[in-house]
Amino acid sequence: MVYFSKAKIIAVLLVCLFGIAFSLPNFFKEETLEALPDWLPHKHVNLGLDLQGGSHLLLEVEVGAVIKEHLESMVDDVRTELRRARINYTGLGVGGDRTVHVTIRKPEEVEKASDLLRAVSTGGDSSVLPIGGMMSVSPPTEVSVNNNTIIIELTDREIADRRSAAIQQSVEIVRRRIDQTGTREPTIQRQGDERILVQLPGVKDPERIKRLLGETAKMSFHLTDSRLDEALRGRVPPGARVLPRVDSGQGFGQVLIKKRVMVSGEDLVDSQPSTDAQTGEPVVSFRFNSRGSKKFGAATAANVNQPFAIVLDGKVISDPVIREPILGGSGQISGNFTFQSATDLALLLRAGALPAPLLILEERSVGPGLGADSIAAGKIASIIGMVLVIAFMAIAYGRFGLMADVALVINMLLILGSLSALQATLTLPGIAGIVLTIGMAVDANVLIFERIREEVRLGRGPVSAIDAGYSRALTTIIDANVTTLIAALLLFVFGSGPIKGFAVTLGVGILTSMFTAIMMTRLLVVLWLRRTAPKELPL
Amino acid sequence: MRGLYLVPANINLAFISKRKIFFVFSMLLVAASVFLFLSKGLNYGIDFKGGIMLEIRTEKAANISEMRDQLGSLGLGEVSLQEFGQPTDVLIRVQRQDGDEQAQQVAVAKVKETLGEKVEYRRTEFVGPKVSDELFTDGLTAVGLAILAILVYIWFRFEWQFGFGAIIALTHDVITTIGIFALFGFEFNLSTVAAVLTIAGYSINDTVVVFDRVRENLRKYKKMPMAEILNNSVNQTLSRTVITSVTTLLALLALYFLGGEVIRDFSFAMIWGVLIGTYSSICLGVPILLHLNIQRRGTLVGETIEDAPKAP
Repeated sequence: MVYFSKAKIIAVLLVCLFGIAFSLPNFFKEETLEALPDWLPHKHVNLGLDLQGGSHLLLEVEVGAVIKEHLESMVDDVRTELRRARINYTGLGVGGDRTVHVTIRKPEEVEKASDLLRAVSTGGDSSVLPIGGMMSVSPPTEVSVNNNTIIIELTDREIADRRSAAIQQSVEIVRRRIDQTGTREPTIQRQGDERILVQLPGVKDPERIKRLLGETAKMSFHLTDSRLDEALRGRVPPGARVLPRVDSGQGFGQVLIKKRVMVSGEDLVDSQPSTDAQTGEPVVSFRFNSRGSKKFGAATAANVNQPFAIVLDGKVISDPVIREPILGGSGQISGNFTFQSATDLALLLRAGALPAPLLILEERSVGPGLGADSIAAGKIASIIGMVLVIAFMAIAYGRFGLMADVALVINMLLILGSLSALQATLTLPGIAGIVLTIGMAVDANVLIFERIREEVRLGRGPVSAIDAGYSRALTTIIDANVTTLIAALLLFVFGSGPIKGFAVTLGVGILTSMFTAIMMTRLLVVLWLRRTAPKELPL
Repeated sequence: MRGLYLVPANINLAFISKRKIFFVFSMLLVAASVFLFLSKGLNYGIDFKGGIMLEIRTEKAANISEMRDQLGSLGLGEVSLQEFGQPTDVLIRVQRQDGDEQAQQVAVAKVKETLGEKVEYRRTEFVGPKVSDELFTDGLTAVGLAILAILVYIWFRFEWQFGFGAIIALTHDVITTIGIFALFGFEFNLSTVAAVLTIAGYSINDTVVVFDRVRENLRKYKKMPMAEILNNSVNQTLSRTVITSVTTLLALLALYFLGGEVIRDFSFAMIWGVLIGTYSSICLGVPILLHLNIQRRGTLVGETIEDAPKAP
């Protein structure tokens, strides 16, 4: 135990060098580091959101809504087909969460109808775009007949495919929306079955981000129907629907729109906030792609002097009258916007609609002020803690205590260096883990020194006592540290966010402290022994 | 430069013969903790209960009672405010709202609207019902598995009697920590679970060190009475136990007083854990071994000294 080969000495020194090299960048500013040559490590420790400020949002995609919407569009298709084929039916509607049912009045028409519906239901719809050929080749539905009732049921495969596509698409739209806000280095990842984890370092206005993610932003243009009064009395004309107006300052109201979509938001290629040339109020200007331009041009040309409605998420933003055919493929929406709301709407339209609403399950936002305060407090606590421990060790073990103190300082650098090299995230509980490690790291040395003292008391000479002390304490050190390592490992696996950070620093700290206590101080002790060859140990 | 013997080298305190006192004391402590947990309950933070927490800073010293009136009139149920570290800082807790996650968001928006733009929002945390249930389950699982894994390790390395002693000490520490949290009404959240797990690790660490010595002495002194072996082992490791506890406490005290308001409860839990962990390994874990009929066989390689001095 008191013999160190040259190779071993070099190995120990190399590890220390590594720790110092990787930890040093943390003591300098970003700008200073950029001037350094590339081969030197120049990465800072990765600070968690609780230290650098920012928002952590856990979102859930309400996939159920996608399936429901699909079933509703299937109902529309069935209605259209049966009417076209002049088949009388009753009881058409959605049943449960995966079927559409309809009862055919004349038994002799059931077979014809079921063939027809079988053909219809195999065709997809456009509400969810299949991504990367996810749509199944097998028919998406099973059609069965029970007496005169035809039941169309979505297959498991179809439901799974649609859910999966909806989530992938949601991730993509969330990414686009956040990119549009200019947030730097956002992390957006799918988590589990139907969740999305969003991490936004340094974001200043989390409320705005939440507002932007809270909107589905499905926009469509519809013609309106003039029979609103009739509809409000309960007789809604077929193919029409009453929708509320967005509160426009002059109170709410309702608009009767034709369900058929004139042009949908998918055909928008660009939208920007701007101001109306005449009134000076904020508006959103938009441009269609060529398909949208054609459809919009044709529809407006055929309905001059009629109002049309711009619908966003089931509410009418505005319903202007068409003064003249709009053939250029661009236009503007005015709807009593503020500059901010016009900017946000334009952003949402540019980024595209979410396939399903998003729910915010969890939010943890920290302002930059608190983050900076936490770092400052953590630094002071670590430094003072370290000074106290260093002083105490020197008092308790004299020269040997000082050697343990050198190891402790190196240990801190090794922890910092490992965290920087691994690019692990340092959180506030992580800092607590480091401070705790400062206190516990010396334990291995304490065990060794106490053992050496005992061996001296049993009458051994310095070299023999040190040798025995190290070898006897070793098993105890390992037993004692493995148990804490187990706790750290489980914290890492089951902990979330900041707690994971605590587990990382605790775990790394245990490993580095075992190294510094067993190798580092031993090297110092051995070198000192060789140099001075003492008759008695100053312990 | 020589070290001071902070714990005298030839110390020989009678721990084992006083074990009945410790057992009774600990049983009372555990009973009180269980009683407090059942009667008063834990002050669960939003991690486990769901709800909203905001930390704000105002320009001048905050008028908490006025804020309380304003927020109380929003109809959001229980709203609690407390000064947080300094007069300008306020911690606001709003109970979990009825309804789904959407309702929680509406409440966050309402609170922020009421407080206005003038205050600095230092922290906004919101945990919906789904996530809080999951966090609770995960937290319990982590503590349970950690204790189990540590036990398996002890059982693997020592005889079962030691494992039993360790688990008694460990459970005692975890239960009394929960008791302390119930007593003072400290917030019990994810960080607390981390603290409890670390306490478990520390407590076992301490116990293992003494157990190692007991095992060694059992092999060395085959004829020495069990009680004497146990007492010697505790005394021989007492200096280490005390010094390590002191260094850990020094670091934790620095964290408690200087580490900022956010981790103060966390630091407190750890300080308590170090104290109770040290006590339990010496006064519970080891004395229990006396009642567990440990088989004395086997020899440590190279250790055949039978007539060595009793306690150095």
